[in-house]
Amino acid sequence: MSVQPINTGRREFLKHSALAGAGLIIGMTLPGRGRAQVPDPDSGAAAFFRPDGSGADFSPNAFVRIAPDSTVTVLIKHIEFGQGPFTGLATLVAEELDADWGQMRARSAPADAELYKNLAFGVQGTGGSTAMANSYNQMRKAGAAARALLVRAAAEAWSVPAGEISVSKGVITHEGSGKRASFGEFAEAASRFEPPEDVTLKSPDQFRLIGTDVPKLDTSIKSNGQAQFTLDVMRDDMLTVVVAHPPKFGATVAGVDAAAARKVPGVADVQTIPSGVAVYARDTWAAMQGRKALKIDWDETGAETRSTKQITADFETLSEKVGDIATDRGDVAGVQSRLAKRLDAVYRFPYLAHAPMETLDCVIQAQGDSVEAWFGSQIQTMDQQAIGEVFGIEPGKVVIHTMYAGGSFGRRATQASHLAREAAEVAKAHGKSRPLKLVWSREDDIQGGWYRPLNVHRLSGGVDDDGNIVAWDQTIVGQSIMAGSAFAGQIKDGIDPTSVEGARNLPYRLPNLRVSLHSPASPLPVLWWRSVGHTHTAYSTETFIDELLEMAGKDPIEGRLELLDEHPRHAGVLREVAKLAKAAGPAPEGRARGVALHKSFSSYVAEIAEVSRGDEGPRVHRVWCAVDCGVAVNPNVIRAQMEGGIGYGLGAILFDAITLEEGGRVRQSNFDSYRSLRIHEMPEVEVAIVKSDEDPTGVGEPGTPPIGPAVANAWRRLTGESVRDLPFVKPA
Amino acid sequence: MKLNINGTAHNVDVPKDMPLLWVLRDRLGLTGTKFGCGVAQCGACTVHVDGQPKRSCVTPVKFLGNSKITTIEGLDSPQAKAIQDAWCAIDVPQCGFCQSGQVMTATNLLTEKPNPTDDDIDGALAGNICRCATYVRIRQAVHDAADKLAG
Repeated sequence: MSVQPINTGRREFLKHSALAGAGLIIGMTLPGRGRAQVPDPDSGAAAFFRPDGSGADFSPNAFVRIAPDSTVTVLIKHIEFGQGPFTGLATLVAEELDADWGQMRARSAPADAELYKNLAFGVQGTGGSTAMANSYNQMRKAGAAARALLVRAAAEAWSVPAGEISVSKGVITHEGSGKRASFGEFAEAASRFEPPEDVTLKSPDQFRLIGTDVPKLDTSIKSNGQAQFTLDVMRDDMLTVVVAHPPKFGATVAGVDAAAARKVPGVADVQTIPSGVAVYARDTWAAMQGRKALKIDWDETGAETRSTKQITADFETLSEKVGDIATDRGDVAGVQSRLAKRLDAVYRFPYLAHAPMETLDCVIQAQGDSVEAWFGSQIQTMDQQAIGEVFGIEPGKVVIHTMYAGGSFGRRATQASHLAREAAEVAKAHGKSRPLKLVWSREDDIQGGWYRPLNVHRLSGGVDDDGNIVAWDQTIVGQSIMAGSAFAGQIKDGIDPTSVEGARNLPYRLPNLRVSLHSPASPLPVLWWRSVGHTHTAYSTETFIDELLEMAGKDPIEGRLELLDEHPRHAGVLREVAKLAKAAGPAPEGRARGVALHKSFSSYVAEIAEVSRGDEGPRVHRVWCAVDCGVAVNPNVIRAQMEGGIGYGLGAILFDAITLEEGGRVRQSNFDSYRSLRIHEMPEVEVAIVKSDEDPTGVGEPGTPPIGPAVANAWRRLTGESVRDLPFVKPA
Repeated sequence: MKLNINGTAHNVDVPKDMPLLWVLRDRLGLTGTKFGCGVAQCGACTVHVDGQPKRSCVTPVKFLGNSKITTIEGLDSPQAKAIQDAWCAIDVPQCGFCQSGQVMTATNLLTEKPNPTDDDIDGALAGNICRCATYVRIRQAVHDAADKLAG
């Protein structure tokens, strides 16, 4: 296959992109029952993809392949890790193609930014809950174009006007003559025509598949062990590689004694690479045993040696001064003297690991001047560039097979491509052309950095004699995710938009509002974590407004609605969630309910949590959720993403913190010390989707932000305690 | 060393303390069983040993003797079919990485308790982490499978 050269510099290509709120992933999910192709690592998407349309398949554009047996395969430009692009994007094509859902297939597109860029980023990548939003028209047009060519081929063969031909559920029909055909019968004939320049898309009232719960394409192979993840890629003569990483962030290798490691049976090689010491072995177990036998001296000059306790204290001191201004309207300072009641609060948010179920891994093989890699690449264009840089080859010579990934929650969207880079260094250091599988252990994952940044928020606000909230002053202290990365161009006037999103654009009608930001640097690498800045801004703003409304003697729902007169979609989900909870009857004795509302990634979500006192802290019994994400392409997937977003966020606010001891070592190492929500801790969840004809927006992340503040607001009603120091249950 | 896996005898030449997980995956190519933590905390590596769910990541092969080992690839019982059908009917998986382990544990639960309560389900599956938090659907699907088997 030909890969388009990418000439843009790594640090340049995102400068002007629309990646505000560069979040992650987690978009929507939709693959379907047993229909996804089991990726074949030997052929992969690259071999499958025929840009010139050669071969048996009808290839009207970069996204649609129609085979003689009438199966329709959609090349999916977004990585599938549970959020649903395989099913969702295939649905868009099937809709306009008037295909039957049973004939639809999906597989990963190759890495080729020219053809498969995210229209919101300008490079190929998944994040910010954009998969559906940026593909909505593109994929529908791809389906409509393919349909037009099939109809033209049928019209010619049957000698009838194209306008008299109809297509429904995969069957092409001419009523007058009674002629019928499948797509496959005209696949070859349709290949002879140029695709139309313009196509007419359906209006929402004509949708037959969009808006229905079509079965996901990848469910069956994910229920019987057949789905192929990176970890499952096995190549002839392959070695498995684990890397010993520095025990402190910013430390480097000073010296290695590998004699004992090399004696471990199965160990084939040991090499020092920029990120640590790599051990190569015939299987994972031998590689891990070899790593244990290494003796490494680390150079800790320049390492982060502060404890998280110290970092938090440093941030608190910073928060006493106004930072770089993100928003300033009215006169926050001037109004202070007129407050009838005043509220001051300091919030402390810990570092969080993403801990996706599949740890980071990558299979790589360098041969001559080309490199092939199989992994859960989330920003393929950046990963191609990183691997190309290490080998000194054109990024276009780097072939990436995007595999199913066992979750991400942001972890695979590394703005520095550190995994791809490490895999490339591992291959380069070994120096042979055999395939190598780099595997991170869970300890590597939990202790490896790239965390949700630790944040301190200081808020002060107050109400006047009439119960109006007249002042809101918020200072945020947190390390910038974008600084020093390819995304740095989006930092304007000192403001990393991902540090203040959700706070600077508070929807409530507040006459005097100021949000400012301090962005202290650290050698500890940080990263977007499911919903990015909203993970902390939703918590501080939605608990703070709840307390101010209570201070003003107002109902949490009615009080919010009074301040949302210019934001009908916010108000819409709030009314909807209130209706759901009301229909369930009053909270039983010993329980309380709390509400939170937050917009992120252009979607609106309100949640109500019902909470009692548990053994360790809050026990969350039920959650009601209302979401407005525009056209609901697959309601079942949207509900699943809300359920999952709620569970993911709940586990974090209840249990999770990455803490550094004095000296800078991470205390947590695995799921025993970094807890995940488990099934007995999962509340019942009821989701309502607000009907909308607006273009679809993301659902992977927006379910997460409201759950923390909804639980906190319920807890305050139940106990009188305002929890501003997370998590609720302190780690041992 | 001889191992009885999915009804077939396999001869493997591995260190005696090598966990079953890596023998299955790296030596025999049975990749349906997943690695999630390596310390019996997450359940992604769950297999059946003589019908009982076992964490293969902390089970050295030397302890297995003539035990019958069943992996997701060899799952074949009315309970397993009911579980997998129920999983598909309501689209339980998201990323899917933990689901082999979930299915193995749920199948064992249904084999021992044909009509489990929510508490039974929570008790049996509390050792199986799903970071996508598909728990609401797992619970539902186990009930659906039980109903289906009961006719």
